[in-house]
Amino acid sequence: MVDMTRSHTNAVEVRGLVKHFGATKALDGVDLDVREGTVLGVLGPNGAGKTTLVRCLSTLLVPDAGTATVAGYDVVKHPRQLRRTIGLTGQYASVDEKLSGWENLYMIGRLLDLSRKDSRARADEMLERFSLTDAAKRPAMNYSGGMRRRLDLAASMIGQPAVLYLDEPTTGLDPRTRNEVWDEVQRMVSEGATVLLTTQYMEEAEQLASELTVIDKGKVIAKGGVDELKAKVGGRTLKVRPVDPGQLPAMAAALRETGLDGIAGSTVVPDEGVLYVPILTDEQLTAVVALLGSRGFGIAHIGTHLPSLDEVFLAITGEKTADSDLSDAINEEVAA
Amino acid sequence: MSTTAVTPSKSPAGAPRKASPRTAAPTGSSRIGLRANLRHIGALARRNALQIKQDPESMFDAVFMPVIFILLFVYVFGGAIAGKGNQAEYVNYVAPGLMAMMGMNIAMGVGTGINDDFKKGVMDRFRTMPIARSSVLIAKIVVEVGRMMVATAILLGMAFLLGLTIHTSVFGLLAAIGLSLVFGASLMWIFILLGLTMKTAQAVQGMAMIVLMPLQFGSSIFAPPTTMPGWLQTFTDYNPLSNLADASRALINGGALAHSVWMTLGWSVLITVLAAPFAVSKFRKKT
Repeated sequence: MVDMTRSHTNAVEVRGLVKHFGATKALDGVDLDVREGTVLGVLGPNGAGKTTLVRCLSTLLVPDAGTATVAGYDVVKHPRQLRRTIGLTGQYASVDEKLSGWENLYMIGRLLDLSRKDSRARADEMLERFSLTDAAKRPAMNYSGGMRRRLDLAASMIGQPAVLYLDEPTTGLDPRTRNEVWDEVQRMVSEGATVLLTTQYMEEAEQLASELTVIDKGKVIAKGGVDELKAKVGGRTLKVRPVDPGQLPAMAAALRETGLDGIAGSTVVPDEGVLYVPILTDEQLTAVVALLGSRGFGIAHIGTHLPSLDEVFLAITGEKTADSDLSDAINEEVAA
Repeated sequence: MSTTAVTPSKSPAGAPRKASPRTAAPTGSSRIGLRANLRHIGALARRNALQIKQDPESMFDAVFMPVIFILLFVYVFGGAIAGKGNQAEYVNYVAPGLMAMMGMNIAMGVGTGINDDFKKGVMDRFRTMPIARSSVLIAKIVVEVGRMMVATAILLGMAFLLGLTIHTSVFGLLAAIGLSLVFGASLMWIFILLGLTMKTAQAVQGMAMIVLMPLQFGSSIFAPPTTMPGWLQTFTDYNPLSNLADASRALINGGALAHSVWMTLGWSVLITVLAAPFAVSKFRKKT
């Protein structure tokens, strides 16, 4: 499946990237590709290594091992040329707060070797595009969170970078502002930008990315298309909430004894007091429900639904209780 | 390919450039030319200057310190050193010394400024842009030298009010100012290095005081070293602040100046050559 896409050029290629901070393995052998003109979502919880990855790819950190190229430039061997091809919008807005929006953009134009005239024109243009014209003369410190993030995006776009990194671009934003940022990113992509987006929000990845790489503890634990990944996790999931949450382990154990296909991937989520059971066929569904009834478990709620990306993620990165088999399976099938 | 494909064109709106074709891979110019470098320094210096405009309180030290210092020293020590009623004489002694001290105090501020600046995301942006990383630091120094000129002008203005007389020529005075600025700029590299090395601005300030106090007071800035014990005289002889104060004094009041001028220039070059590369490499590696 992945091979079919190889006919396109990869704007970003990462192979076996390693970065350790003392004993912490922030990146522990990461492989990923971003095809030109697409959005790759890098999904992972806090501390998964997403920001370290972006910092390596933008020459802010030198990796300990492995290789990474962006637009054909190696991050270690050709950092200067590489910097000409990238734009970075970090978790924290990287604009000068004491300068006005216009001054920020003008400065970046000048740093990118635009003439004074072009820098001025470009600053005006970008402010207009990101709906910041009214706030052009105000210092960025007086901007709202969303405005600041938009200014940050505008700053990253001044040089028309071939590859744009968005490191958790909507973390800490309210839903309305988040939608504004999403619209902007979608627009950039429709204009042909290649984007590497890190996020901990499944909804965001689903909205913006065509392909996903899921990382946890510095390792890639799954990768593939958004739909592909959903399909791999299985069709439906049965959600069972027992009357007594204390029965969850017993229920999971009883199901495992049946040896039904895919049942080993059942996940206990104690916080929610819920057991998730992957369901492959109608017969299986019947069998599971019948079994739970015959064992006399008191059930408060039961229902099936198609997996959301949240659940895909939970299934892969969740506790090592029941889902380790599933994550291994996904690794083998999808990452191969 | 890279030079043409890479220069942002005037194409409409924010249309991103396609990733450059990989056929001609990394042959593009990697070094940044002198003119581009000066342009970058200019743009970054403009940033630092605009920050001052936005935050005028940051000029308080440059504006008030010279006024307070010269009033204090002339009226507290002046009588004791030059004799009661002869404070005006002491002005000619202490004002050139205070020029040296002013430079050092302003330079100290650079360290805390850099430390604060680093806590902000904008540094990440600079470091992911195709500019020489030293240009960020040089731009800071350019603007700080400007601040130092303001402080020196105010100091001299006050000194003239208190009775400073130029015994040489206006060129001597200008040379003294120039020498102070050169030495002050070299000191900034040390404080930038400190600012990049230490964790907090407070720590930088504390460390700076420890270094500064003995240098400032163990010098010829405030009083002639002739009454000091021998070991201290040896220290003041090599103390660059003494050298600078003596040189400025000679340039304004006349007298032998070759030794002190050369010592000051030597110190400036030595400090810059030692501290600047370390500061730039620290800046490069800072995460």
